[in-house]
Amino acid sequence: MTRISVSKNSGTARSAHTDEYLIKDEPYYEPIGQEIAVFEAAFHQQLPVLLKGPTGCGKTRFMQHMAWRLKRPLITVSCHDDLTATDLVGRYLITANETVWVDGPMARAVRTNAMLYLDEIVEARKDTTVVIHPLADDRRVLPIEKTGELLTASPEFSLAISYNPGYQSVLKDLKQSTRQRFVAIEFNYPAAALERKIVRRETGVDEAMAERLVKFAGMTRNLKGSGLDEGASTRLLVHAGKLMSTGIDPRTACRTAVASALTDDPEMIAAVNELSASLF
Amino acid sequence: MNLSSLTAAELEARLDEALDPVLSSRRTAAPLARALAGIERTNQDFVLKWVDIIIKTNSEMAYQFAARAPEAFRLMNLPAIEAWIIHAMDVYDKQGLYPGCSAFGQLEAFAAETAEAAHSVTLDEIRHILELFVQGLAGRPLKVEADPETYTDTGTLFLPVRLYQFAERPDNFRLYKAMAAHLWAQTWYGTYRLASGAPSLTETLAAFREPEKALRLIHALETVRLNALIARELPGLYRDMQELQQLIGEVRYPAAWEQAIQRLTKPKAGVSDSLALLPGLYEGEVPAPFCFQGRLMPERAQHAMQERLTREKELFREALAQSSNESAAPSPDTESASKEKSRQYSVEQVPDPDHPGQFTFMLMLDGQPVQPLADMRALMNSIVQDLGQIPEDYLVAAGAGGYRRQADEKRPEDVWKGTYHEEGAFLYNEWDHRRNHYRKHWCVLREINVHPAHEPFVARTLAKYRGVLPQLRKTFEALRGENKLLKKQVNGDEVDFDALVEARADMQSGMELSERLFTKLQKFERDIAVMFMVDMSGSTKGWINDAERESLVLLCEALEILGDRYAIYGFSGMTRKRCELYRIKRFDEPYTGQVQERIAGIRPQDYTRMGVTIRHLTKLLNDIEARTKLLITLSDGKPDDYDGYRGEYGIEDTRMSLIEAKRAGIHPFCITIDEAARDYLPHMYGAVNWTLVDDVRKLPLKVSDIYRRLTL
Repeated sequence: MTRISVSKNSGTARSAHTDEYLIKDEPYYEPIGQEIAVFEAAFHQQLPVLLKGPTGCGKTRFMQHMAWRLKRPLITVSCHDDLTATDLVGRYLITANETVWVDGPMARAVRTNAMLYLDEIVEARKDTTVVIHPLADDRRVLPIEKTGELLTASPEFSLAISYNPGYQSVLKDLKQSTRQRFVAIEFNYPAAALERKIVRRETGVDEAMAERLVKFAGMTRNLKGSGLDEGASTRLLVHAGKLMSTGIDPRTACRTAVASALTDDPEMIAAVNELSASLF
Repeated sequence: MNLSSLTAAELEARLDEALDPVLSSRRTAAPLARALAGIERTNQDFVLKWVDIIIKTNSEMAYQFAARAPEAFRLMNLPAIEAWIIHAMDVYDKQGLYPGCSAFGQLEAFAAETAEAAHSVTLDEIRHILELFVQGLAGRPLKVEADPETYTDTGTLFLPVRLYQFAERPDNFRLYKAMAAHLWAQTWYGTYRLASGAPSLTETLAAFREPEKALRLIHALETVRLNALIARELPGLYRDMQELQQLIGEVRYPAAWEQAIQRLTKPKAGVSDSLALLPGLYEGEVPAPFCFQGRLMPERAQHAMQERLTREKELFREALAQSSNESAAPSPDTESASKEKSRQYSVEQVPDPDHPGQFTFMLMLDGQPVQPLADMRALMNSIVQDLGQIPEDYLVAAGAGGYRRQADEKRPEDVWKGTYHEEGAFLYNEWDHRRNHYRKHWCVLREINVHPAHEPFVARTLAKYRGVLPQLRKTFEALRGENKLLKKQVNGDEVDFDALVEARADMQSGMELSERLFTKLQKFERDIAVMFMVDMSGSTKGWINDAERESLVLLCEALEILGDRYAIYGFSGMTRKRCELYRIKRFDEPYTGQVQERIAGIRPQDYTRMGVTIRHLTKLLNDIEARTKLLITLSDGKPDDYDGYRGEYGIEDTRMSLIEAKRAGIHPFCITIDEAARDYLPHMYGAVNWTLVDDVRKLPLKVSDIYRRLTL
């Protein structure tokens, strides 16, 4: 005789300690507009949030900052095209002589009243994104078919997703039924003065260097649509700045951290390198 | 083996025969033969081979080549001579006999250039890099073109074809960069900017006794100003420019210039400062030019600017009208038209937070700032770049009717009405197998819409094939595939409980535990983009044309079921100057009534020049993202065009274009009804990439079936 026992609640025990998801030190974040106030309001009104914006403009950092500010554990899922609903909700695993239910990040976040952040949601397959629907409207529940449970989210639970509308591909678009459940906050690259401040603060380069880096980013953003899908993001500037602050020559830092990271097209790389060379 | 050289007499006989059409009693082959008799046998063979090849294009060109060949062997090695021949032939192709002959004549210059090629940089290699570079710097995108003079008309940077001044290649590239940057600076820092009310640069210069000298002076003054700006804004670039200049020798300014330099290097100096300084320095000498400064061509710049300003003014006013229509709440009564007129646009200067002392412009509607769309923003920036501001009269939204851009635009249909032009056309190379080289920009191709036919052709076809349609649909539905849950997998998303129970039982009874304990969802995805290229040549007239159209109807039915992305283009044309591609269905277009009318409207046209068509469709397919890309040709015969595009030439060019397509990751396939296809299609498409439908009446059903098997 084979004995299969299903233990429904062992998942709760596993994920009870959420300390590992709590952010203790304040993550550095410079607000561009009203986003902090809007997010807090949405959190208190139990509305899910959609963060829109190009890559590397600070969406993930913003989430970390908000989790710290609201003192909630932050569970982040980076979505990819092989992500299934099972991966999000949970699955049975087998141990010696029994099967054990293990919560996925979604179930865990609901059980522990955490902040659930699905990064780059459009990368996930469309049928996967649908599982967030019951959590993202006023029901705020997560039905788990496999165990027959219905998890109800407490007021502290919050859901946020991010999305980069810059992709031209029709396959990478968000369904109306998904997007119309969210409060959308738009992000963009910060204005030059603010971006300089961020680069200085994050990398420790001096004002003159930060100014040139930001100017360089502006040049690459001029090329958007003429061979570059995106200009250099604030994140890339920070990378370049960090390399410089450890003594790497600025042209080399820009070449490796920015030009080659942006594109593989040799002519574009050459042009971007010439642009950085003209500044440093 | 050492073959002995041909004697003068032998050579004369060969040349006499070959060059007969261009020889006369005054111009015989004898002197050519005497000169050629002195060179080695392999070289003689080389000359004779090329004479034969060139004769196929033009006999006089062949004569010119033979006459210069001995000299060429003295100056260059074989590959360089071949390059010289190809260059001259290109010139002939593009400009005709006389320039072609003189290209052969400039043998020494060519040899000298080749010798310098090791360290020279050509504009062609780096044109795109320079374009991206200046676009990245700032301002409106500028084109880069080759020209004997180095200057800009504020829309295009004209640069030399090739630079070899410096002994090192990187320095020659730097010189290109410095030239481009200097010309860009003229457009960005306002050398030609028109202050409102002030006389234009040409008018100012004309007032001097020697306008030419005044022009050189103003250029020198502007160069001082622009260098200072570049030094401030782009220090790395400035360093490059100065290092380059130092290789040649520093530019020294006369003592009288000291004050002028002080004034011009101030951050706020403008072109007005240069103009103000001009009279005071006019009597003195002109400082030597910088190696990168080129020339100032105020007339051309003014002309290009005027044209652009007129165009942009209209476009801008039109855009204003459009945006105010969109933002205006629809009011029920038409009387409010007068009210709408009161909506007032204005532009406000706001200090630029990022550049202290500079301003950005904000568009206001009735005192409220409005966010212009990206293209309107670009338009505004371009206007400000030319004028330094947005004048009042630009801010009046255009009335109904608007700017008729069509009026002076050249339309593709005009080429058939006697006014030949290449505006809006695509230029493609063509492979000449005899020369073993491409003919550059040889074919002129245009995309044209098929004239839709308002007849129920599709309905008629569907009725005709009523009997087989359900079967066809079923076959393709089966192909569509679905997601499948696979059981007993080595790994997967879920535990396969049935397998687990079985495995446990096996283990209990002492057997080996199976590893296959999971279920896995297999996702079925067909990621195919297919391009159909339909022969619309004159030879398809009649039932072949009908069969082609019916095939397309059935194909569309099938493809709609499958969900594959597809496009349909017809091709025809006459001579290389009029290659035409008829749009029937684009990739991004759904299968609508309009597409059906276009299928019905497919009519036999002229000839079949296949190479250029394949090259263009390859380009279109490249823009599509799909795992599998197919290019399927429906054809009724060999490639054939009016101007000698037939036989081996046409086949070899088509073959080359297909090789290019394969290199781009596209799978070409050909469906033909030509029974002689066996002789040439395997050579063009490869042994297995074609199929023959011997009965035209079967074509419509066969095509869908072939497609099904192809993508299984």
